Amino acid sequence: MMAFILLAGCQNSGKKTGSSGQGDSPKLTAAGATFPLPFYNMVFKNYTNETSIQVTYGGVGSGGGIRSLKDQVVDFGATDAFLTDDQQKEMPAEVVHIPTCIGAVVIAYNLEGVNDLKLSDTLLEKIFLGEVTKWNDPLIKQVNPEIKLPDQAITVVYRSDGSGTTHIFSDFMSKISEKWANQVGTGKSLKWPVGMGAKGNPGVAGTISQTPGTIGYIGSEFAFAQKIQTARVQNSAGEYILPDLASISAAAKGSIPDDTRVMLTNSADSVSYPISGFTWIILYKEQAYKNRTKEQALGTVNLLDWLVSEKAQGEAAKVHYAPLPADAVIKAKAVLKGITYNGEPLLK
Amino acid sequence: MMANSDKITKIVLSLAAFLIMAVAGGMIYSLVEGSIPSFRVFGLNFIFSDQWDPTESKENYGALPFIAGTLMTSVAALIISLPLSFSTSLFLGEYFRGTRVARILSLLVDLLAGIPSIVYGLWGFYVLRPLLTDMGLPNQGYGVLTASLILAIMIIPYATSLSNEIIAMVPNDLKEAAYSLGATRLEVIQTVTVPSARSGIIAGYILAFGRALGETMAVTMLIGNSNVVPSGFFSTGNTMASVIANQFGEAEGLKLSSLIAIGLLLFLITGIVNGIGKLIIKKMTS
Repeated sequence: MMAFILLAGCQNSGKKTGSSGQGDSPKLTAAGATFPLPFYNMVFKNYTNETSIQVTYGGVGSGGGIRSLKDQVVDFGATDAFLTDDQQKEMPAEVVHIPTCIGAVVIAYNLEGVNDLKLSDTLLEKIFLGEVTKWNDPLIKQVNPEIKLPDQAITVVYRSDGSGTTHIFSDFMSKISEKWANQVGTGKSLKWPVGMGAKGNPGVAGTISQTPGTIGYIGSEFAFAQKIQTARVQNSAGEYILPDLASISAAAKGSIPDDTRVMLTNSADSVSYPISGFTWIILYKEQAYKNRTKEQALGTVNLLDWLVSEKAQGEAAKVHYAPLPADAVIKAKAVLKGITYNGEPLLK
Repeated sequence: MMANSDKITKIVLSLAAFLIMAVAGGMIYSLVEGSIPSFRVFGLNFIFSDQWDPTESKENYGALPFIAGTLMTSVAALIISLPLSFSTSLFLGEYFRGTRVARILSLLVDLLAGIPSIVYGLWGFYVLRPLLTDMGLPNQGYGVLTASLILAIMIIPYATSLSNEIIAMVPNDLKEAAYSLGATRLEVIQTVTVPSARSGIIAGYILAFGRALGETMAVTMLIGNSNVVPSGFFSTGNTMASVIANQFGEAEGLKLSSLIAIGLLLFLITGIVNGIGKLIIKKMTS
């Protein structure tokens, strides 16, 4: 099924790109991460209404987005995990990253009568490594003294498909736990020591809601939209923070590198929710490739410039994403100004 | 005129036949080509290694967990469905042939074949799994056994309808001859009906087994999707089709190649099962 969607996405985008450059307003196609899909769907539609420029976005997954950009069948791709230096080298030309919004990974659980679970670094490590196997373990009691915990087995639920959500979660886990970093590591899909897999955010959320004793991680945009009960997670300042748009946005305070390739997990900010991350749009720095017209290139850059503007960012909260903080917008605009067509910058 | 239309028919038929061969050949080619990078890195060990570690920088892939999961669920499903579908086909083709109740039952069995597998998966997830959990199945009801039970129900129509038709086709003369010698109904079934319908019955079960091997959605929802060799029927696991469906979207490089290699292996296993089936049929009819 995934293959079909992917193929359909690619074919579709290929056709669209091919038929552009007819002189009238460019048609833009993009593909990539599913995590920001609700946000992109909404703002791209707004953009089309405003400018009558059509934007088609295929939610084929971050890997598919990178592949589509590599094959040059889309105007831009989208990914939840920035390209590593090795991945950059495999691309036919230099690729730049534009952050578009911030999301988070929330910890959901199903425990009868419990609605304010707190999780410390140690607990997260021990639960997801399978070292704490019962909900009434003294270690959990220690962090949650006011909760009556049942004598029930813990079932860990994770994403069975490769996912940016898993990437952000495991990046955070690797930062807080050396043991996790050595034993499991960071990636879009992992070798899980315990638990069971379910497909996509809906699969994990559905499995957790139907199965008592489960705990797992879900993309915040999905969890907030479905009003799923989430745990407070300890941040690097030692505070137990409930994920919401404010605490997620706070994670992006602090220094962002010029190329915006940074993981926001385990932020030093004391009010920040620690499992947060950017999602990016990726495109070629030099836009004159594969017979692209200047209109097409300009259309692409204008759209992205609009996407990080206040107008589009203001819409993010409607679909449960945290908007980019001012610092990040400045960096994103600087990256956009560096995009060229035959060596000449497209944006003034 | 006649010769001309004959010629056209011949050309159209050969084109269609050629097209199917080209499609099958193209599939094998792209599967083989896509899986070469994986086999180059892991060699034949890919088939026997139980490691599936997709973590970047220490990628290590082996197909054994999925081969084991696929064979366990399919064989279990076949064994569970065997008594059910065999008695159903005897009911339809022998005992109650042509009666109204048989017509209704046959309609229902055919209906089972038409239900999309996602619906089986949902039913298994919301109804069967909680039921099994209440009966004390570990892992909250997810695992090989639950997946096998759902598969067993899904393949009943495939096994039933073919064998039922073959059983109904057993010549009456033969059966009447047996009756006239004083055989009871059960003896007729044992000595006449089943032996003469044997190859058709087996063909039905092979068809059903092939269906179980490739089933994806319903299994994914129930097996627990843990990429380890199942330690038993109560343990969670994963199957070849399910891991491909789950992980293809975000896969690239070596992982993508390994998934394609699993696809190739599934293709081969299905081919071998069909081959064995054909052999059995040939042996039994000759």
